[in-house]
Order: sequence, then C-alpha cells, then structure tokens
Amino acid sequence: MFSAIKRFWQVIRKPSVHYSLGFLTLGGFVAGIIFWGGFNTALEVTNTEEFCIGCHEMENTVYQELKTTIHYTNRSGVRATCPDCHVPHNWTSKVARKIQASKEVYGKIFGTISTPEKFEDKRLELASHEWARFKANDSLECRNCHSEESMDFTRQSVRASEQHEKYLVTGEKTCIDCHKGIAHKLPDLSLLKEGH
Amino acid sequence: MKLLKLLVASLIAVSVFGGASSFAADTISEMRNADILTQDAAPRIPKVVNSDERQVRNYPEQPPLIPHKIDGYQIDKRLNKCMTCHSRTAIEKSQAPMISITHFMNRDNQFLASVSPRRFFCTQCHVPQTEAKPLVENTFVDVDDVLEGKAGK
Repeated sequence: MFSAIKRFWQVIRKPSVHYSLGFLTLGGFVAGIIFWGGFNTALEVTNTEEFCIGCHEMENTVYQELKTTIHYTNRSGVRATCPDCHVPHNWTSKVARKIQASKEVYGKIFGTISTPEKFEDKRLELASHEWARFKANDSLECRNCHSEESMDFTRQSVRASEQHEKYLVTGEKTCIDCHKGIAHKLPDLSLLKEGH
Repeated sequence: MKLLKLLVASLIAVSVFGGASSFAADTISEMRNADILTQDAAPRIPKVVNSDERQVRNYPEQPPLIPHKIDGYQIDKRLNKCMTCHSRTAIEKSQAPMISITHFMNRDNQFLASVSPRRFFCTQCHVPQTEAKPLVENTFVDVDDVLEGKAGK
C-alpha cells in the first residue's frame, strides 16, 4: 500500500515525457470545467422537489402536508419547493447542508422513518432540527422571498401588522418563532417542555 | 249536459292543480340558479371577515365569533394552533383575548390547570364569518328588543 503511494508520487513529480505542457494545462482546464459543471449539475438535481419526494418517506408524509398549505397553492401561483426552505441558497452553506444530508441517506437505508408511525415518533426531533437551523440563520430561507423591507404593513391585517411591528422590526423575534408549522403539521409541543 | 259538467270540472282541476304545481316549482328554484334536474354552478367562495374587530354577541351565552382567518390552523390531538395567541400565557405578547375561564372547567364545574379536553376543539363553537349573502332572511330578534316589546313589530 505504502509502495503504491510512493510510486504514484514519483510519477506525478516527474515532467511529462509524451504530452506537451500546452496539452496538459489546456486539457486540465477543460476537464476541470467538465468536472465542475457535472458536479454542480448533479448537485442541482438533488436540489429538486422530484428528487426529494423520490422516496416514500417524503412523498407520503411531509409532501402531502405541504400540498394543503399556501406555500404549495395560492392565488398568484408562485410556490416554494422543498429546497427553497430546507436548503440554503449560497454555495458553501448549501454544500455543508448536503454533507449533513448524508445522515438522511443512512436513515433511508435503515428505514428510520419508513412508516407513518416511525415518522410520527421522530416528528418533534426532526422539526426541532429545522427550527434550530432557522433560528440560527435568522430565518434566512424565509427572507429569501419575504423581505422585511418590501413588506407593506399597511396592507396586512391589523393583527399581523401590530405583531410584525412589535417583534419583527425590533429584531426581538425571527420569522420561525411565530410561523412554525406553516408548511407541515406540527408535533406535540408539550413534549418539548417535558424535555424529550 | 253531463258532458259539459265534466268538461268544466276538468278545466277547473287543470287550472287549480296546474297552477299549484307551477307555484311549487317557483319555490324550489328560488334558492337554486338552475332547474332542479340540472347541476347548479358552484357559488363563489365568499371572503372571510378578517377585520380583527370584536363582533356583537346576539345573546349572552353566544360563543364569541372569530374575527379573523383561521386557514390551515391545526387543531388536533397533537396541538391547538389557536392557543399560540389565546392561551393564558400567550396573551401578554399577543394581546388577544384569553380563552374564557369556563374552558378550564370540567363537567363537575371544577377548575383544571389547563383547557378541559371537552373544550379543546375551538371550532366546535367558535367560527369565523364570511361576507356571504344569506339565502333566506334572518328573523332573529335580539333579546333587548324583546324586552322593549319591539318584537314582531
């Protein structure tokens, strides 16, 4: 094993015998573009709703719940898909989240939430992860669409504008503090207080 | 002569029953937009009153109406969305009315620490209102009017 590494190291340290410097640099550049493009394309494929609901765990539970909410169907037809809320949009955070998601592949293989009952048992834990993530990044994925600056409080209901002025503008609370369970059913929150 | 009598009687019968049946048809179609045998077009969904203003109670025991939208509010075994604003501990922040003390009472009139299960499902009694036009006139008379003898006038 060690000798194999040593041989490989010796080969790449030597100047090329058969290929020109131009071929190697330009070839490497083109290969790099193809690799990078391919990588990002593959990454984007995993960032679509079709991919997410490709497994029944997502399709039969959270996706069905989403379908009844305003983030799936509404008067203007602008809608949020899974990654809009659950995957950060900037590249580094996105890749970090995708690496975290390898745990979800593990869950899929071992059937951690393969039945509605198992999912229900895990609902609070899974939801808590997302709430913690939203809380930590100041509800960034909400704010990708819902900008505080563009929000016209005068066009909101009295109740909504008062609450937004009191808690959102002052920065005392972030979106997720009040708007939990807007896209999926909520778990039993009393279990949270009991420290489960 | 006998023939003439029969003719007159049948004419009267036709006019009376024929008239009656056409009257009945009118009554049926009053609330429908189309003939009874055809499917009525679905009426437009009326807007929900979202004014956040308390509305009058028509009698003292009436459960207060919900003056806002409750679309997608989850009220089930796991959770009651209304309680995020109307619970005892939430009203300081939300400035919403607290659920009435009667909601903490069990059927033996004993006060519990939290909402009694029999009062858990808000929408059993409390409902939002829509701007729908009533299909029939409402003849309800407020009790104050009854006391003042205005009823029936």
